Order: sequence, then structure tokens, then C-alpha cells
Amino acid sequence: MNRKHKKMLVRIIIAAVLTVALNFIPTDGYVRLAAYLVPYFVIGYDILKKAVKGIWRRQVFDENFLMAVATVGAIAIAFTRSGDYNEAIGVMLFYQIGELFQSYAVGKSRRNISELMDIRPDYANVERDGGLVRVDPDEVEIGTVIVVAPGEKIAIDGIVCEGRSSLNTSALTGESLPRDVDVGDAVISGCVNLTGVLRIKTTKEFGESTVSRILDLVENASSRKSRSENFISRFAKFYTPAVCFGALALAILPPLVRMLFMSLAPEWGEWVYRALTFLVISCPCALVISIPLSFFAGIGGASNAGILIKGSNYLETLAKADTVVFDKTGTLTSGSFEVTELCPVDMERERFLEYAALAESASSHPISKSLTKAFGGTVDRSAVADIQETAGEGVTATVRGEAVAVGNAKLMKRMGIDCREADATGTTVHMAVSGRYAGYAVIADTVKPTSRSAVSGLKRIGISKTVMLTGDGERVARTVGKELGVDEIHSRLLPADKVERVESLLAERNGRGSLVFVGDGINDAPVLSRADIGIAMGAMGSDAAIEAADVVLMDDDPLKLVKAIRIARKCIRIVYQNTVFAIGIKLVCLALGALGLAGMWLAIFADVGVMIIAVLNAVRALFVKRL
Amino acid sequence: MKKTYKIEVDCANCANKMEDAAKKTAGVADATVNFMTQKMTVEFEEGADVASVMKQVLKSCKRVEDDCEIYL
Repeated sequence: MNRKHKKMLVRIIIAAVLTVALNFIPTDGYVRLAAYLVPYFVIGYDILKKAVKGIWRRQVFDENFLMAVATVGAIAIAFTRSGDYNEAIGVMLFYQIGELFQSYAVGKSRRNISELMDIRPDYANVERDGGLVRVDPDEVEIGTVIVVAPGEKIAIDGIVCEGRSSLNTSALTGESLPRDVDVGDAVISGCVNLTGVLRIKTTKEFGESTVSRILDLVENASSRKSRSENFISRFAKFYTPAVCFGALALAILPPLVRMLFMSLAPEWGEWVYRALTFLVISCPCALVISIPLSFFAGIGGASNAGILIKGSNYLETLAKADTVVFDKTGTLTSGSFEVTELCPVDMERERFLEYAALAESASSHPISKSLTKAFGGTVDRSAVADIQETAGEGVTATVRGEAVAVGNAKLMKRMGIDCREADATGTTVHMAVSGRYAGYAVIADTVKPTSRSAVSGLKRIGISKTVMLTGDGERVARTVGKELGVDEIHSRLLPADKVERVESLLAERNGRGSLVFVGDGINDAPVLSRADIGIAMGAMGSDAAIEAADVVLMDDDPLKLVKAIRIARKCIRIVYQNTVFAIGIKLVCLALGALGLAGMWLAIFADVGVMIIAVLNAVRALFVKRL
Repeated sequence: MKKTYKIEVDCANCANKMEDAAKKTAGVADATVNFMTQKMTVEFEEGADVASVMKQVLKSCKRVEDDCEIYL
């Protein structure tokens, strides 16, 4: 609670105590009026002041005006008829309690959410004149070496130039397993250094570093307003004046009708009272506050789980997801190639791998790398000579005096060596040693361990169609697709074909639900922006992907996709609940008020009570851990 | 050109009103008020004098909601 809140609390207590006390002191007439006006002014002077100012500035229909008119009217009725001032003061009192609660709750959830996102580093350690100096990260230039001690946050993106350690990336990815880093590894800001001292050469300015970009993105997310938010602000604009004119009509028309056509007593007091009840109910606060608060909480909760949603509008579209289109490489598969099958002819496996790795040692092709990795041992480069690489075929070299050729069937054919075509998915690499066929290795992209459960998870939450797009050959695509259980597979696609595919899928579903495209952000920026929702996965550090996508998953676990959709649905559900609940209760109370069945006490519940319930419900959107 | 300002406003409806007022100010192409983060993002029309436009924005906001503040 801040000073403003405390002051209001004191006013509420004083006014409440005074009013209760006055009920035990018998007074009447002007004395009674004067006595009750004391607590009334204590609790409501600022509202009255604002209402007068509003009229002065011709801004009549705001809640201050409504409250002022309603309570002054109630006092007038009390003075002339009942002598019961409690209602007028009670309405003002509860209105203020509601405002206080709203202000406190909103402030608190705002702080909560900023705490969740508490990844902003306050300083960076820079070596100057032999000592460490703490400087503002904004002042650190590119290429400076910063020192990060265990327990500190990495302030700026860079490359480790000295030391090894493990990093806690949970603030960024929601992943609790520490990541080991060594000299030469790129590290991103926002991670917490756990074990050893790291010296990091910065590669970006602070403003361009991952942590700044993420904070920027999350903070600006709720500025992109959703359809529900726009609906509510439009609704509020019409609703308040409509209710005010309704109240005016209620005060004037029925008594006139009674008087002129039914020859009954007009009962002005009764109808004015009903009109005032109308005014109290009319405040749109509950709606206007709870909808943006729900979105804000949803976005905050999601970012805490490593899911960055760039705007409330995307949360809305994501909740309606019906078709999910995956890019294969880097999304469902890890994008790193591994030797999945080894079939040497008259040769031991180790020797086969050693020869292949040696011959390929100069190449930086992913296939060469996977061979080196499979070999495992250190490659003794002095054992290789005469390396010749032919693009699209393979490599020939001399290994320990023997002529070795490693490559595809085309290369074997050119060298006049018979080779078997492997019956496996992936790329087949043949090897010949001294002109004799030595066997083949199959190298394939490996499926991520959670891909399968992600696809079935999507099915379970009601996604009607899953599609996989890939540039790979049909056989590979079919095997992977079958293993994962996706509904549709499109293979041999160039990046431009992917856009076309997504467009035809968009046309197929005739505006029902929304289409989500999930990619790793490499080469798929046009598709990301063409889909209803583009999701970039494992996009840490890839600026282009963060730019093009609407939702960014910070790690590369496809299961996060299911979670993202669930979070979006929960948030939208809360938004609907609040909209229906708040508007519904208000309409019911308005009807009851017009019929004279609801007094001001019910009216104040319709206003303040509904608001409190709606705000509490909105805060629920923050809890996404168990989704 | 786009600029973001810190603001102070107590109620969500008032934030909506401020947004409307800011949008209608001459020299402003678009404006968004984010009640939750208490920030106002103003997109200026080309060639607009930011300082004087913002002065006007503050004035129109004060007109619709007395109890608000924009930190220029």
C-alpha cells in the first residue's frame, strides 16, 4: 500500500465509524442533515470535486458524476422523506472501497508480473586499470570484456573468452537444467552464472541484447489490443450515457404517465430513487479494468514459462488455433545430423568411422561433422593428405597411404565402384578404400524426444489438423511424419513453396479457427508472417525470428506449443467469463432496479462487488504452471 | 516516429479516455495507452514538433481526466 492507499483507508474507517455512531444519536431535521453530511464529505469530497470539474470541462458521463448525482439525490430523498442517510453514505463508502481495492490489486499484480520478469541486469563488471568496476550496462561498448562472477546475471550477449561454468537459463527458457559453457561458446544476457568466473567479450550493445529485447517485447505486448479490449472500450463509451438517459427517463416518464393517463399519484420520490439506483449500477469499471488485467496477467504468466506473446490480440487468435503447421527441421527434429546406421563391408566399425572422419576432416559440411562426432576420437590431421572435395559428390583423400573416397552414389559411380543403395531414411554416405567398396553409413536428422507427445498433445486439446512441411525428400518426410503421427505431410518444398502451402491451407479451412505455423525461425520468416500466428521456436538470439514471429518459444521443446495454446485458452476463457458475468449482473440489476425490486445496496454490489470478483478472476490468468 | 512516455492514471476507463484524447490531438498519427504498464506510446505525424505536440496531448488528457500525468 502506498501513501495514497493509506490515506484512503483512514478516510474509509473514519467515515464508517462516524456513520455507525450517528445511528445511535437521535437527531432530526437540519441538525440530522448537517451531522450526516460530515462523514459524507469525509468519504466523498474528492468525488464531488471531480464531478464538478468534469461538468466544467463538459465531461459529464464519468463515474464521479454518476456517484455524485446518485448520492446527492439519495441525501435529498433522505432529507425530505425517510431520514435514512445510511444509503447515501454507504454507496459512497463502498464505491471508495472498490476503488481502493482495484488500485491496490492492479498495482500488486503489476508488481508481481514485473517480478516474474525480473531479468534486467543492473550492472556489468568491467576491468579498468587492473581492478573491476561496476558500470551501467548501457555504457558498455561492443567488444568490451565483462567479468561475471558466480551468482551474477550476464548483462550483455557475448562470447566466453575465458573460464568455464554452467548457466541457469530458467528466467529465459523456463528450463531448469543448467547449461554448460566453455571458451568460445556464445552466451546470452539474462542467464545466471552458477559455478565459475566467466570473462565474456560482448558482441552486442545492451539495448540490442537478448534480455533488453525480451523485456521490451513483453512490456509492449499489452499495447497491442485484442478484439475483446476494443469491444469493451467501445461498449463503455455507449453504455454509460445510455444508462444515464435511461435513468432520466425512469425518473420522469413513469410519474408523468401515472399522473396524466392513469390518474394516480405520481410518486416522484419512488421513481427518482429507482433512477438513482440505475446510476449507481451504471459504472463500467468492472469490465474496463478486468479485461486488460486478464490479458496482462496471461502474457506475464506465459513469459514466465518461456513463452513470449507479442500482443493481446495474438493470445486471442492462438486460443482459436485449429490447424498447426510444423516446419520439420529444427522444430520437430533437432536439426543436427547423426549417424543412425552403419554398414561396413569387411571392415571394423571403428576403422570405418575413423577413415571416414579423417577423409572428411577438412570439410565443414554437417555430414562431415556428424561423421567426426560418431567417430568420437581425436582426428589426427597428419594422417590425411591430398584432400579433394567435389561439390555434390563427396571427398577423396589419402589416409595412411590408402586412397579413400567418401561420398554419395554418384561419386562411387564416377570412380567405377559398385555400391549398394541403402534402404533407410536419411542421407547415405558410401566409402571406398583403395578402390574397393568398404560400406556405407546413414546419416539422418533425429526427431526431438518430445515431438511425438507434442503432436498427440495437440490432438488431445482439440487441434483438428497437424501438418508437416519440409524441404527433405519424400521418404524421409513420410517416415518422420508417421513416427510422430501428423495428419498431412508435404515434402520437397523450397522456402517459397512453404508460403504457397500455408496459403492453400488457409483457404481450405474457410475462416474457421486459426492456423498456427511453427518454425525455428531460420529461412521461414515469410511463412511466419503469413500464418495467422507465427511461432518461432528456440529463437534465443535469433533476431530475425523474434522480429517475424508473433509468439516466441524461448527453448526448442515442441511441448511448449501445447502449453502456449492452453495458456491462451485459459486467458480467453477468463476474459469471456468476466465479460458475461459483469454485463449479465449489471443488466439483471438494472432490470430489478427499474422494477423497484433492488435498492441501492444491491446496486452497490452490482458495481463494486462485481468489480472485485472480476479482478480476482482476472488475476487467475497469471497461474500457468500446471497447464 | 514513435515515442513512449511514462504516465500516471488511476482508473482503466480514464486510460481509455486519455487514449482517445491523445489520438485526436493534431500532429498525432496514433496513440496507445497501456494502463497495466502505465505507458503511453505516441506515433507522431511526419514533421510534427514532438515537444509542442506532447504539450498539447497533455493538455487534452488533462481535459478529459484531471487526475492524470504524463512524464515528458
